[in-house]
Amino acid sequence: MNGIGSEMWLALVTCFAAIFTQNILLTTFLGMCPFTSVSREVKTAAGLGAAVVFVMTFTTALNYLAYKHVLLPLELEFFRFILFIIIIAAFVQFVEMVIDRYSPKLYQNLGIFLPLITVNCAILGASLFMVIREYTFIQTIGYGFGAGVGWLLAILAMAGIRTRLNESRVPEGLRGPGITLIIAGMMALAFIGFTGVLS
Amino acid sequence: MSPQPAKPMKDLVADGLWRDNPIFRQVLGICSTLAVTNVVLNTVVMCTSLTLVTAISCMTVSLLRHWTPRNIRMMVQTLIIAFYVIIVDLILKAYWPEMSRNLGPYVGLIITNCIIMGRCEAFAGSNPPAPSFVDGLFSGLGYSLILVAISVVRELLGMGTILGFAMPYFSSDLWDKWVIMVMPPGAFFTLACMIWLCRSIKKKEAKS
Repeated sequence: MNGIGSEMWLALVTCFAAIFTQNILLTTFLGMCPFTSVSREVKTAAGLGAAVVFVMTFTTALNYLAYKHVLLPLELEFFRFILFIIIIAAFVQFVEMVIDRYSPKLYQNLGIFLPLITVNCAILGASLFMVIREYTFIQTIGYGFGAGVGWLLAILAMAGIRTRLNESRVPEGLRGPGITLIIAGMMALAFIGFTGVLS
Repeated sequence: MSPQPAKPMKDLVADGLWRDNPIFRQVLGICSTLAVTNVVLNTVVMCTSLTLVTAISCMTVSLLRHWTPRNIRMMVQTLIIAFYVIIVDLILKAYWPEMSRNLGPYVGLIITNCIIMGRCEAFAGSNPPAPSFVDGLFSGLGYSLILVAISVVRELLGMGTILGFAMPYFSSDLWDKWVIMVMPPGAFFTLACMIWLCRSIKKKEAKS
Protein backbone atom coordinates (compact mmCIF):
# COMPACT_ATOMS: atom_id res chain seq x y z
CA MET A 1 0.00 0.00 0.00
CA ASN A 2 1.31 3.48 -0.74
CA GLY A 3 2.02 6.09 1.94
CA ILE A 4 -1.16 8.13 1.91
CA GLY A 5 -3.36 5.05 1.52
CA SER A 6 -1.90 3.32 4.55
CA GLU A 7 -2.19 6.51 6.54
CA MET A 8 -5.86 6.82 5.67
CA TRP A 9 -6.35 3.22 6.73
CA LEU A 10 -4.58 3.94 10.01
CA ALA A 11 -6.81 6.95 10.56
CA LEU A 12 -9.89 4.80 9.96
CA VAL A 13 -8.68 2.24 12.48
CA THR A 14 -7.97 5.02 15.00
CA CYS A 15 -11.47 6.36 14.43
CA PHE A 16 -13.15 2.99 15.07
CA ALA A 17 -10.96 2.37 18.07
CA ALA A 18 -11.98 5.76 19.49
CA ILE A 19 -15.65 4.91 19.06
CA PHE A 20 -15.71 1.36 20.39
CA THR A 21 -12.64 0.02 22.17
CA GLN A 22 -11.40 3.26 23.72
CA ASN A 23 -14.68 5.10 24.08
CA ILE A 24 -13.77 8.44 25.63
CA LEU A 25 -16.67 8.35 28.06
CA LEU A 26 -16.86 4.71 29.06
CA THR A 27 -13.15 3.94 29.33
CA THR A 28 -11.54 7.27 30.20
CA PHE A 29 -14.50 8.91 32.00
CA LEU A 30 -14.21 12.23 30.18
CA GLY A 31 -17.29 14.38 29.80
CA MET A 32 -19.06 12.83 32.78
CA CYS A 33 -20.68 16.05 34.02
CA PRO A 34 -22.83 16.74 30.96
CA PHE A 35 -23.31 13.00 30.61
CA THR A 36 -25.08 12.73 33.95
CA SER A 37 -26.92 16.05 33.77
CA VAL A 38 -28.04 16.37 30.13
CA SER A 39 -29.05 12.75 29.47
CA ARG A 40 -32.69 13.03 30.58
CA GLU A 41 -34.15 13.43 27.10
CA VAL A 42 -33.12 11.86 23.82
CA LYS A 43 -33.57 15.07 21.86
CA THR A 44 -31.33 17.30 23.97
CA ALA A 45 -28.78 14.50 24.29
CA ALA A 46 -28.64 14.21 20.51
CA GLY A 47 -28.19 17.99 20.16
CA LEU A 48 -25.36 18.11 22.65
CA GLY A 49 -23.76 15.00 21.14
CA ALA A 50 -23.84 16.48 17.65
CA ALA A 51 -22.24 19.68 18.92
CA VAL A 52 -19.52 17.64 20.62
CA VAL A 53 -18.73 15.68 17.44
CA PHE A 54 -18.45 18.90 15.47
CA VAL A 55 -16.36 20.85 17.97
CA MET A 56 -14.12 17.92 18.84
CA THR A 57 -13.21 17.11 15.24
CA PHE A 58 -12.20 20.70 14.50
CA THR A 59 -10.51 21.59 17.78
CA THR A 60 -8.29 18.49 17.82
CA ALA A 61 -7.19 19.30 14.26
CA LEU A 62 -6.57 22.97 15.13
CA ASN A 63 -4.76 22.05 18.32
CA TYR A 64 -2.61 19.57 16.41
CA LEU A 65 -1.51 22.28 13.99
CA ALA A 66 -0.88 24.77 16.78
CA TYR A 67 1.08 22.23 18.82
CA LYS A 68 3.16 20.91 15.94
CA HIS A 69 3.92 24.18 14.19
CA VAL A 70 3.95 26.75 16.97
CA LEU A 71 4.72 25.17 20.34
CA LEU A 72 7.22 22.49 19.29
CA PRO A 73 9.50 24.80 17.25
CA LEU A 74 9.43 27.31 20.11
CA GLU A 75 9.98 24.55 22.73
CA LEU A 76 6.99 25.73 24.71
CA GLU A 77 5.27 22.34 25.09
CA PHE A 78 4.32 23.02 28.70
CA PHE A 79 2.24 25.94 27.45
CA ARG A 80 -0.16 23.59 25.66
CA PHE A 81 -2.85 23.57 28.38
CA ILE A 82 -3.41 27.29 28.06
CA LEU A 83 -3.13 27.33 24.28
CA PHE A 84 -5.60 24.44 23.87
CA ILE A 85 -8.12 26.04 26.20
CA ILE A 86 -7.91 29.35 24.38
CA ILE A 87 -8.25 27.72 20.95
CA ILE A 88 -11.27 25.71 22.11
CA ALA A 89 -12.96 28.74 23.67
CA ALA A 90 -12.25 30.91 20.63
CA PHE A 91 -13.47 28.24 18.23
CA VAL A 92 -16.70 27.71 20.14
CA GLN A 93 -17.34 31.44 20.30
CA PHE A 94 -16.66 31.79 16.58
CA VAL A 95 -18.97 28.93 15.62
CA GLU A 96 -21.67 30.35 17.84
CA MET A 97 -21.51 33.70 16.07
CA VAL A 98 -21.47 32.14 12.60
CA ILE A 99 -24.43 29.88 13.32
CA ASP A 100 -26.34 32.74 14.92
CA ARG A 101 -25.78 34.91 11.86
CA TYR A 102 -26.50 32.43 9.08
CA SER A 103 -28.80 29.80 10.50
CA PRO A 104 -31.04 30.93 13.34
CA LYS A 105 -32.89 27.62 13.23
CA LEU A 106 -29.75 25.57 13.81
CA TYR A 107 -28.76 28.08 16.47
CA GLN A 108 -31.95 27.40 18.37
CA ASN A 109 -31.25 23.67 18.38
CA LEU A 110 -27.50 23.68 18.86
CA GLY A 111 -26.69 27.13 20.20
CA ILE A 112 -27.57 26.54 23.82
CA PHE A 113 -25.15 23.61 23.98
CA LEU A 114 -22.14 25.41 22.58
CA PRO A 115 -21.14 27.40 25.70
CA LEU A 116 -21.43 24.18 27.73
CA ILE A 117 -18.85 22.58 25.50
CA THR A 118 -16.00 24.91 26.37
CA VAL A 119 -15.85 23.36 29.83
CA ASN A 120 -16.47 19.81 28.62
CA CYS A 121 -13.40 17.90 29.71
CA ALA A 122 -13.78 15.45 26.84
CA ILE A 123 -12.88 18.17 24.33
CA LEU A 124 -9.67 19.15 26.10
CA GLY A 125 -9.00 15.50 26.91
CA ALA A 126 -9.16 14.49 23.25
CA SER A 127 -6.53 17.10 22.41
CA LEU A 128 -4.28 15.98 25.26
CA PHE A 129 -4.60 12.32 24.24
CA MET A 130 -3.76 13.33 20.70
CA VAL A 131 -0.46 14.80 21.93
CA ILE A 132 0.41 11.87 24.20
CA ARG A 133 -0.35 9.18 21.63
CA GLU A 134 1.66 11.02 18.96
CA TYR A 135 -0.87 10.79 16.16
CA THR A 136 -0.21 12.09 12.66
CA PHE A 137 -2.45 14.84 11.28
CA ILE A 138 -4.80 12.52 9.38
CA GLN A 139 -4.98 10.19 12.36
CA THR A 140 -5.79 13.17 14.58
CA ILE A 141 -8.79 14.03 12.43
CA GLY A 142 -9.93 10.40 12.56
CA TYR A 143 -9.42 10.33 16.31
CA GLY A 144 -11.24 13.62 16.98
CA PHE A 145 -14.22 12.53 14.93
CA GLY A 146 -14.28 9.02 16.39
CA ALA A 147 -14.03 10.23 19.98
CA GLY A 148 -16.92 12.61 19.37
CA VAL A 149 -19.07 9.91 17.78
CA GLY A 150 -18.26 7.57 20.65
CA TRP A 151 -19.42 10.17 23.14
CA LEU A 152 -22.59 10.82 21.11
CA LEU A 153 -23.31 7.10 21.02
CA ALA A 154 -22.90 6.74 24.78
CA ILE A 155 -25.08 9.73 25.72
CA LEU A 156 -27.79 8.73 23.22
CA ALA A 157 -27.95 5.22 24.61
CA MET A 158 -28.07 6.59 28.14
CA ALA A 159 -30.86 9.06 27.32
CA GLY A 160 -32.85 6.27 25.68
CA ILE A 161 -32.53 4.10 28.77
CA ARG A 162 -33.28 6.93 31.17
CA THR A 163 -36.60 7.81 29.55
CA ARG A 164 -37.71 4.24 30.25
CA LEU A 165 -36.33 4.42 33.74
CA ASN A 166 -38.94 7.01 34.72
CA GLU A 167 -41.49 4.26 35.07
CA SER A 168 -39.40 1.88 37.12
CA ARG A 169 -39.03 1.82 40.88
CA VAL A 170 -35.51 2.79 41.77
CA PRO A 171 -34.42 2.84 45.46
CA GLU A 172 -34.65 6.35 46.83
CA GLY A 173 -30.97 7.05 47.45
CA LEU A 174 -30.01 5.69 44.06
CA ARG A 175 -32.28 7.92 42.03
CA GLY A 176 -30.70 10.41 39.62
CA PRO A 177 -26.92 10.23 39.39
CA GLY A 178 -26.60 6.90 41.23
CA ILE A 179 -28.61 4.82 38.81
CA THR A 180 -27.11 6.70 35.86
CA LEU A 181 -23.65 5.63 36.95
CA ILE A 182 -24.72 2.01 37.38
CA ILE A 183 -26.16 1.98 33.86
CA ALA A 184 -22.98 3.62 32.57
CA GLY A 185 -21.04 0.82 34.26
CA MET A 186 -23.15 -1.79 32.48
CA MET A 187 -22.60 0.01 29.19
CA ALA A 188 -18.87 0.06 29.85
CA LEU A 189 -19.06 -3.70 30.48
CA ALA A 190 -20.80 -4.17 27.15
CA PHE A 191 -18.18 -2.07 25.38
CA ILE A 192 -15.43 -4.28 26.80
CA GLY A 193 -16.84 -6.87 24.44
CA PHE A 194 -15.37 -4.88 21.55
CA THR A 195 -11.84 -5.40 22.87
CA GLY A 196 -9.85 -7.43 20.41
CA VAL A 197 -12.04 -6.53 17.44
CA LEU A 198 -9.37 -4.03 16.41
CA SER A 199 -5.74 -4.86 16.86
CA MET B 1 -23.88 37.10 42.99
CA SER B 2 -24.88 38.90 46.18
CA PRO B 3 -22.20 39.08 48.85
CA GLN B 4 -22.74 36.29 51.33
CA PRO B 5 -22.64 36.94 55.03
CA ALA B 6 -19.34 35.85 56.49
CA LYS B 7 -19.49 32.22 57.48
CA PRO B 8 -17.46 30.94 60.39
CA MET B 9 -14.49 28.80 59.36
CA LYS B 10 -15.95 25.78 61.12
CA ASP B 11 -18.95 25.87 58.79
CA LEU B 12 -16.73 26.10 55.72
CA VAL B 13 -14.91 22.96 56.82
CA ALA B 14 -18.10 21.01 57.49
CA ASP B 15 -19.69 22.16 54.23
CA GLY B 16 -16.72 21.13 52.13
CA LEU B 17 -16.23 17.77 53.78
CA TRP B 18 -19.77 16.59 54.27
CA ARG B 19 -22.79 18.86 53.97
CA ASP B 20 -22.06 20.24 50.51
CA ASN B 21 -19.59 17.60 49.42
CA PRO B 22 -19.16 18.30 45.71
CA ILE B 23 -19.33 14.68 44.64
CA PHE B 24 -22.53 13.33 46.08
CA ARG B 25 -24.33 16.64 46.19
CA GLN B 26 -23.94 17.46 42.53
CA VAL B 27 -21.81 14.63 41.10
CA LEU B 28 -19.47 17.22 39.65
CA GLY B 29 -15.87 17.09 38.65
CA ILE B 30 -15.37 13.36 38.69
CA CYS B 31 -14.13 13.27 35.11
CA SER B 32 -10.54 14.17 35.69
CA THR B 33 -9.89 11.84 38.57
CA LEU B 34 -12.15 8.80 38.29
CA ALA B 35 -9.95 7.30 35.60
CA VAL B 36 -6.95 6.98 37.91
CA THR B 37 -8.81 5.49 40.88
CA ASN B 38 -7.74 1.93 40.06
CA VAL B 39 -4.52 2.45 42.03
CA VAL B 40 -4.49 4.19 45.42
CA LEU B 41 -1.12 5.91 44.95
CA ASN B 42 -2.13 7.58 41.67
CA THR B 43 -5.36 8.76 43.26
CA VAL B 44 -3.59 10.26 46.24
CA VAL B 45 -1.15 12.18 44.03
CA MET B 46 -3.93 13.33 41.75
CA CYS B 47 -6.16 14.43 44.64
CA THR B 48 -3.31 16.28 46.35
CA SER B 49 -2.64 18.18 43.12
CA LEU B 50 -6.30 18.96 42.69
CA THR B 51 -6.78 20.13 46.28
CA LEU B 52 -3.74 22.40 46.14
CA VAL B 53 -4.76 23.87 42.80
CA THR B 54 -8.30 24.48 44.07
CA ALA B 55 -7.17 26.20 47.26
CA ILE B 56 -4.53 28.40 45.66
CA SER B 57 -6.68 29.28 42.63
CA CYS B 58 -9.57 30.26 44.90
CA MET B 59 -7.24 32.50 46.87
CA THR B 60 -5.86 34.13 43.73
CA VAL B 61 -9.30 34.67 42.24
CA SER B 62 -10.36 36.25 45.49
CA LEU B 63 -7.30 38.53 45.61
CA LEU B 64 -8.00 39.74 42.09
CA ARG B 65 -11.76 40.02 42.52
CA HIS B 66 -11.86 43.83 42.63
CA TRP B 67 -9.80 44.19 39.46
CA THR B 68 -11.49 41.52 37.33
CA PRO B 69 -14.11 42.86 34.90
CA ARG B 70 -17.28 40.83 35.35
CA ASN B 71 -17.82 39.87 31.74
CA ILE B 72 -14.42 38.24 31.25
CA ARG B 73 -14.14 36.68 34.72
CA MET B 74 -14.57 33.12 33.44
CA MET B 75 -11.60 33.50 31.13
CA VAL B 76 -9.50 35.05 33.89
CA GLN B 77 -10.41 32.20 36.26
CA THR B 78 -9.56 29.59 33.65
CA LEU B 79 -6.18 31.19 33.02
CA ILE B 80 -5.42 31.35 36.75
CA ILE B 81 -6.30 27.67 37.15
CA ALA B 82 -4.32 26.71 34.04
CA PHE B 83 -1.32 28.60 35.39
CA TYR B 84 -1.25 26.54 38.61
CA VAL B 85 -1.94 23.30 36.77
CA ILE B 86 1.10 23.92 34.56
CA ILE B 87 3.22 24.40 37.68
CA VAL B 88 1.97 21.12 39.16
CA ASP B 89 2.54 19.34 35.84
CA LEU B 90 6.11 20.65 35.54
CA ILE B 91 6.93 19.71 39.15
CA LEU B 92 5.64 16.18 38.61
CA LYS B 93 7.55 15.85 35.33
CA ALA B 94 10.76 17.04 36.94
CA TYR B 95 10.72 15.12 40.22
CA TRP B 96 8.48 12.14 39.56
CA PRO B 97 8.54 11.38 35.81
CA GLU B 98 7.15 7.90 36.36
CA MET B 99 4.03 9.22 38.10
CA SER B 100 3.68 11.92 35.46
CA ARG B 101 3.55 9.20 32.81
CA ASN B 102 1.02 7.15 34.78
CA LEU B 103 -1.32 10.09 35.19
CA GLY B 104 -0.97 10.99 31.51
CA PRO B 105 -3.39 13.67 30.37
CA TYR B 106 -5.36 13.73 33.61
CA VAL B 107 -3.18 16.32 35.35
CA GLY B 108 -3.94 18.73 32.52
CA LEU B 109 -7.60 17.92 32.80
CA ILE B 110 -7.69 19.43 36.29
CA ILE B 111 -8.23 22.70 34.39
CA THR B 112 -11.67 21.65 33.22
CA ASN B 113 -12.63 20.17 36.58
CA CYS B 114 -15.97 21.74 37.39
CA ILE B 115 -15.31 21.86 41.14
CA ILE B 116 -12.52 24.42 40.92
CA MET B 117 -14.47 26.64 38.57
CA GLY B 118 -17.58 26.18 40.73
CA ARG B 119 -15.83 27.21 43.95
CA CYS B 120 -14.17 30.20 42.25
CA GLU B 121 -17.50 31.32 40.84
CA ALA B 122 -19.69 30.64 43.86
CA PHE B 123 -17.44 31.61 46.73
CA ALA B 124 -14.04 33.10 45.92
CA GLY B 125 -15.49 35.76 43.60
CA SER B 126 -17.31 37.46 46.47
CA ASN B 127 -15.27 36.67 49.58
CA PRO B 128 -11.89 37.69 51.05
CA PRO B 129 -8.79 35.55 50.34
CA ALA B 130 -8.44 33.70 53.66
CA PRO B 131 -11.95 32.16 53.77
CA SER B 132 -11.68 31.45 50.03
CA PHE B 133 -8.51 29.48 50.62
CA VAL B 134 -10.14 27.48 53.40
CA ASP B 135 -13.25 26.89 51.31
CA GLY B 136 -11.20 25.71 48.33
CA LEU B 137 -9.00 23.53 50.51
CA PHE B 138 -11.88 21.72 52.19
CA SER B 139 -13.94 21.33 49.03
CA GLY B 140 -10.87 19.70 47.55
CA LEU B 141 -10.40 17.52 50.62
CA GLY B 142 -14.05 16.46 50.62
CA TYR B 143 -13.66 15.45 47.02
CA SER B 144 -10.40 13.62 47.73
CA LEU B 145 -11.96 11.73 50.62
CA ILE B 146 -14.52 10.05 48.36
CA LEU B 147 -12.08 9.35 45.54
CA VAL B 148 -9.47 7.84 47.83
CA ALA B 149 -12.20 5.67 49.38
CA ILE B 150 -13.18 4.52 45.88
CA SER B 151 -9.58 3.74 44.98
CA VAL B 152 -9.07 1.75 48.20
CA VAL B 153 -12.13 -0.39 47.39
CA ARG B 154 -11.05 -0.87 43.78
CA GLU B 155 -7.43 -1.75 44.45
CA LEU B 156 -8.28 -4.03 47.37
CA LEU B 157 -10.96 -6.03 45.56
CA GLY B 158 -9.24 -5.95 42.19
CA MET B 159 -5.61 -6.63 43.06
CA GLY B 160 -5.63 -7.54 46.74
CA THR B 161 -3.27 -4.70 47.64
CA ILE B 162 -3.43 -1.21 49.11
CA LEU B 163 -0.74 1.27 48.04
CA GLY B 164 1.03 -1.73 46.53
CA PHE B 165 1.25 -3.65 49.85
CA ALA B 166 -0.36 -7.09 49.89
CA MET B 167 -3.32 -7.26 52.25
CA PRO B 168 -3.72 -10.35 54.49
CA TYR B 169 -6.87 -12.05 53.22
CA PHE B 170 -7.35 -10.40 49.85
CA SER B 171 -4.02 -11.31 48.28
CA SER B 172 -4.18 -14.97 49.31
CA ASP B 173 -5.72 -17.79 47.31
CA LEU B 174 -8.91 -17.53 49.35
CA TRP B 175 -9.85 -14.35 47.55
CA ASP B 176 -10.72 -14.62 43.89
CA LYS B 177 -9.58 -11.26 42.54
CA TRP B 178 -12.33 -9.19 40.98
CA VAL B 179 -10.48 -8.06 37.89
CA ILE B 180 -13.50 -6.05 36.81
CA MET B 181 -12.87 -3.63 39.68
CA VAL B 182 -9.64 -2.29 38.19
CA MET B 183 -11.25 -1.98 34.78
CA PRO B 184 -13.44 1.03 33.84
CA PRO B 185 -16.85 -0.49 34.79
CA GLY B 186 -15.58 -1.02 38.35
CA ALA B 187 -15.18 2.73 38.78
CA PHE B 188 -18.77 3.38 37.74
CA PHE B 189 -20.17 0.73 40.07
CA THR B 190 -18.06 1.77 43.06
CA LEU B 191 -18.92 5.45 42.66
CA ALA B 192 -22.62 4.63 42.27
CA CYS B 193 -22.60 2.57 45.48
CA MET B 194 -20.68 5.33 47.28
CA ILE B 195 -23.27 7.93 46.27
CA TRP B 196 -26.08 5.57 47.26
CA LEU B 197 -24.53 5.04 50.68
CA CYS B 198 -23.89 8.74 51.33
CA ARG B 199 -27.34 9.78 50.20
CA SER B 200 -29.02 7.17 52.38
CA ILE B 201 -27.05 8.31 55.42
CA LYS B 202 -28.00 11.90 54.65
CA LYS B 203 -31.69 10.99 54.42
CA LYS B 204 -31.51 9.44 57.88
CA GLU B 205 -29.70 12.49 59.21
CA ALA B 206 -32.39 14.74 57.81
CA LYS B 207 -35.17 12.68 59.37
CA SER B 208 -33.76 12.60 62.89
